Formats: sequence, C-alpha cells, structure tokens
Amino acid sequence: MTRPKRVTLFIQCIVDSSFPEVGEAMVKVLERQGLVLDYPEGQTCCGQPAFNAGYRVEAARLARHYLDVFEDAEAVVCPSGSCVNMVRHHYRELFARDARLLDRVERAAAKTYEFTEFLVDVLGVTDVGATWNGEVTYHDSCHLLRGLGVKDQPRALLSKVRGLRLVEMTRSDECCGFGGTFSAKYPEISEALLETKLANIQATGAGTVVGCDMGCLMHMQGMIRRRELPISVRHIAEILAGEE
Amino acid sequence: MMEQNPLKYKELAAKAVQDKQLHKALGKMRDKVGRNAVKLYKELPTGAGSREAAKEVRRKIVDNLDVVLETLIESIRARGGHVHLAETDADAVEYCLAVAKRFEVRRVVKGKSMLSEEIRLNDALEAAGIETVETDLGEYIVQLKGEAPSHIIAPAIHYTREQVGELFAEKLGVPYTSDPPTLTAMARKALREKMLTADMGISGGNTACAETGHVTIVSNEGNIRMTSTMPRVHIVLLGIEKVAATLEDHDILLRMLTRAAAGQKISTYVSYVGGPRLDAEPDGPEEFHLVLVDNGRSRILADPDFREVLHCVRCGGCLNVCPVYMSIGGHSYGSPYCGPIGAVFTPLTRGINTCHHLCQGETLCGACKEVCPVDNDLPRMLSLLRSKLADGDRRWNVKPHSRIEKLIFGAWSVVMSHRGLYDALTALARAGQRLLPRRNGWIRHLPGPLGGWTRGRDFPPLAAKSFAQRWARRSTARRGE
Repeated sequence: MTRPKRVTLFIQCIVDSSFPEVGEAMVKVLERQGLVLDYPEGQTCCGQPAFNAGYRVEAARLARHYLDVFEDAEAVVCPSGSCVNMVRHHYRELFARDARLLDRVERAAAKTYEFTEFLVDVLGVTDVGATWNGEVTYHDSCHLLRGLGVKDQPRALLSKVRGLRLVEMTRSDECCGFGGTFSAKYPEISEALLETKLANIQATGAGTVVGCDMGCLMHMQGMIRRRELPISVRHIAEILAGEE
Repeated sequence: MMEQNPLKYKELAAKAVQDKQLHKALGKMRDKVGRNAVKLYKELPTGAGSREAAKEVRRKIVDNLDVVLETLIESIRARGGHVHLAETDADAVEYCLAVAKRFEVRRVVKGKSMLSEEIRLNDALEAAGIETVETDLGEYIVQLKGEAPSHIIAPAIHYTREQVGELFAEKLGVPYTSDPPTLTAMARKALREKMLTADMGISGGNTACAETGHVTIVSNEGNIRMTSTMPRVHIVLLGIEKVAATLEDHDILLRMLTRAAAGQKISTYVSYVGGPRLDAEPDGPEEFHLVLVDNGRSRILADPDFREVLHCVRCGGCLNVCPVYMSIGGHSYGSPYCGPIGAVFTPLTRGINTCHHLCQGETLCGACKEVCPVDNDLPRMLSLLRSKLADGDRRWNVKPHSRIEKLIFGAWSVVMSHRGLYDALTALARAGQRLLPRRNGWIRHLPGPLGGWTRGRDFPPLAAKSFAQRWARRSTARRGE
C-alpha cells in the first residue's frame, strides 16, 4: 500500500494493560515519521487467546468487535506479530461460512500491519534516527516469522540504530514456549522451551534481548526475573524510540 | 511391551524435561537433520516449490484414493501376490496370524514398521508363540529393552551408545563396548542368525506405486533385503493412504521422503517388492501378502478439514524441528506416532478426548509446517482439534473437555467486546493484585488456573494506567495547548 495519511493504532490487550510504555514508544516512532495517529477507544483484544485454546465462538465475538472498531481505519498498526497474524490469517477461518463478514475480514486483513513491517514495507524506512548503546540479540517470534514472514524488517531497523550491535543467537527462530494458555496448562514443557531459549540468549553475551511481541517478551522476562538472570528485555519499539 | 497411554502426556513430559541425556541425544538429530531438510528440497528440479509440488501430488492421490488403491491391488494380484484390505487393527493382526499359522511359522523377522506398532502386531505374534525379531538396529535396541520406539524414523534416538553397550552386554551376553562399529557388528551377527532361520518376514511399506504395482521400502542397513527375500512368506503392511498413483508421483515423493527423513538424497537401499518369487527368479518368498490397513483412516478421509493429515509420508521430519518434541521425547506422547504428526494423527484415530493432551500440549509455533516435505498444516489441524475439544463434536464423538474453561472464555469474550466492561474489570484487578506477593515489582504467585505460569516464572502486574488512559490524558493535554 502507499503511505497512508492517517494511521490507526491497535494497542493489543497485554500492552494496553501491562506494558503501556511499549505502546507509547511505538507512538513516538510513528509520530517522528510525521504520521497522524488515532486511537479508537473501543478496542480491546483480537481474540487470539481464545482462538488458540480452541474457543472459536468466543474468538469470533472479539473478531467481530475488532472489525467494528477498525471499520473506518485506513491503516492499522499494532506492536505484535501474533495479533496481526490472527487478524490476517485466522479471522477467515472463523467466518468461513459467512460471505458478508468474509468481505470485511479481507479488508481488515489487508490493512492491518505489524509495526516493523509497516515501517519497512509500507513507509520504506529503516533508519528511524534512534540511538541505543550496547549489544542486543533478536528473538524471532513464531507467528511474526512464520505467519507474516517478517524476518528481515526488524533486523534492518536494528542495523540502523546508532551504537547498537546485533549479535545473532543460535536458533533465534525457535519458540520460547509461550503459546498462550499452553504456558499455564503445561508449565513444565513451556519452561523447558524457555530455558533453552534463555541459554541461547545468554550464550551470545549480549545483555539485551529484543523482540516484536510482548507475549514472548513477557514470557522470557518472567523467568529472567524469577531466576534473576542478567538479561534485559526490550520491545523493538523501545529501542527505536531511542529510549534507554 | 511398555504401556502406551496418551493421557499420561503431561506426567511423562514433566519427567522427560529433566532428562539431560535425552536432550543431548535428540539435539544431535535436530542439528544433523532438522532444518537441513529444507535446503535439500531446494536442490531438486522443483526448487523452492518442491514442498508445494509434493503436496499437490499427495492431494491428488488422497482425493482419488479409491481408484489408486484399486489399481495397486489389481497390479499386485496380477503378479500372484495376495492383498488384504483390513478395516481395523484387529482385522490386520488376525490376517497376519492366519498366514503365519498356515505356514507353521515359528520365527518372524521384521523390518521397521510404525504401522505394526499401531496395530500392536508384535504382542499378538508373541502371544501366539511366534518369536518376533526386529531387524532394524534401532528397533532391535528398543525391542531388547522392552520399549516402544521414541521416533518415527530413529526408534532408539533416546539412547546413547554407552547405554546400548550396557544393554547388549546384558541381553546378548557380549563384552561391554561403546564402540558403534563393534556394537553394530554384534547386532548384525545376532540378527543374521535370526534372518537365516526365520519362516516369515514382515515389513512396513514407505510408499507404493499403483501404476507399477510395487511397494517401496527404504532402509540404510540392508535388513529389508533379507527380511523380504529369505523367509518363505513375506507380508508388507501399508496404510491405505501411503500409495502413489504413477511412477512419476512415486519418485517425487520418494526423493522428498529420504531428504526429509534422514537428510539423504536417497537411502542406502531401496527395495521394491510386489509379489512372490517368479519361476525364473533365484530368490524371493513363496507367498507375498500386502495388508492394506485402514484403522480409522477412511474416517479422516471423509472429513475435508482433516484429510490433509493423510498426505503425510511419515518421514518424521516434523519431530526433528519441534521444540516440544526435543524437550519431552517420543515416549511422552503415549502413542506410536509422536511429535507434531502424532499430535494430530493419534487423536483422530484413537479418540480426541482420550488424546486431549496431544491436541493441547503444543505451542503452535509452526516449525513443523515449515519443514514438512508435503507442507502439511499441522498447526491448523491442532487448532481445529482444540476447537472440537472446546465445544464438543458429534461427528468425531467429542465431548466438551472443560465446561469451566468454556464458561471462563465465554465471560472473558463478553467483557472484552465491551471496552467499558474491560476497563471496569481491569480496575478491579488492579486493586486486587495488591494482595498478590511480589518481588521487584512482578507477581510471584497467581491464583487458580494461572498458577501454572508462576510455577517457574514471575508475572507482570497491571500498569497503574493503561495505554488508553495515558492516550486520553495526552489528548486532553494537547487540546488544552
């Protein structure tokens, strides 16, 4: 799509309620690009937690809510790959038998973007003028990578941050073990995956892990805090906003 | 053999995640084969589109399975082979036993066959007083141990060579060694004696070709050649879906299979079998039997949502990239088929309620789909299986798994579709979270079903002001400027 005049924010539930600073960092980056932002007040959640747990009727309720809230938006930008993947790929599974809704779903799917893909693919920007001193390693979130195919965009953005050096970890694209309600239902397995992930992060020697999804980042941070590991966790928006 | 129970998934997985030996052994498989398969697919003439091309081949075959099978059956019968279509596992076992009885079989040598695990053939043969010997080295190891295979392709992947050395010393009465060539030679000697004196060979087909009327069996040890030619009678077990229509299709699938399964352009041996020894031929069995096993597959075939799982060529490639499989190993699944493919196929054949852990115990990360040689969308089907568990499903005889969870998600979705309600509940939770123990700002213990999270991880508290509140304040401030 061409550069939109107005950008509508979708600040997903986790960021809205627990990590508002991540949403504000994204706002800062987007405003520096000279974009006019708006934020529909009715927005809540894309429905992904219910969908992944199998509760499709419930997920569909939230999908309809999303379609209503963002009906008039020109372009929607969200700081999460998995929420955008939900809108772009799974909404149509929910309304497979409803032609009228499917049409709205396709429109929503086409105009909803993950933050880094919006910057790089739509705005054509990689240097957002940020500075961040230190070494970081980047975690590829599953749905961002495999659902949306976003792999190079965050790396391109990070490569242009002054003072930042990106050190790749072993198997950066291996799941951290979050998986929504899975993490609470199967904590032993979830923690085992997370331990592997954290070991791979620590092996890079970088003090900071960066990602594009607060679900994964919150999961990592949960164990980092419990075990008091010397790793800090940042959403890419916080790095690109030059905040440290 | 050890009991297999998918209801024990959580319990077995909790133990397996502590098993450092297991992780070391599996890590080698992940690093050696794992994602490298994808690079190998790209070397094929079909290039980057190889997986999609193979998927299309499989789709066409499975969509026309009745015709393709009929052709295969006719071709094999024309060559003097017997074909039996077994509707159930019991039916397949009964047929094999009847053939064994007719030949007064006392010893069976077997090639690796996951299908024989599925129908529990070894147990039945042993119960009938027939000595049954696995001839694939990995299978032989797990058989000596009295275990089930823990990987579709590499049955004894969970063992180190030291453990194999100890096992051989104990069971074969040989001196202990951990030297792989010596261990292999020991197994070879023991197995060769069995193969030379067996009355019946049983093997599992990897694929088959309807056009030419043969079953294809790949191996790297040469055991299939002996199993399929030395004994007086040879039985091949084949899932009804594992057939190719034409030789061209067959070759496309075979080259994907060996790349996906073992990172090989072609396996060391490929055996094509399709009938008894003919007059002019120096060796081969007196009788050849193909047992085509349905055992729930036609039920899957009838459901367009799950038909895709029948495209699977059983390469085991999805196991090698699955972080869950890598952490919990194959035995945790309580089913012959483990890993992502097992998590979809087993519930569909053994019952979705019985296998609810297999449907729910993954992260839906999608690594399996990426490596699958036929581009099977296992995450989609896992997600769909979960929806059957959520709401129940008559067609698949599924009862709702948890009415309480259904209620919770129902209430949650109502709250979340009204911003006012969501804000009110968040405010309430914000007040309530003060009661929860914290350290350095994050919550140490969560109540109820969320307690699983805080077993080993802290949980973030709700922020004092939500993004929406901060945004509203900012907008007010800007208007005032």
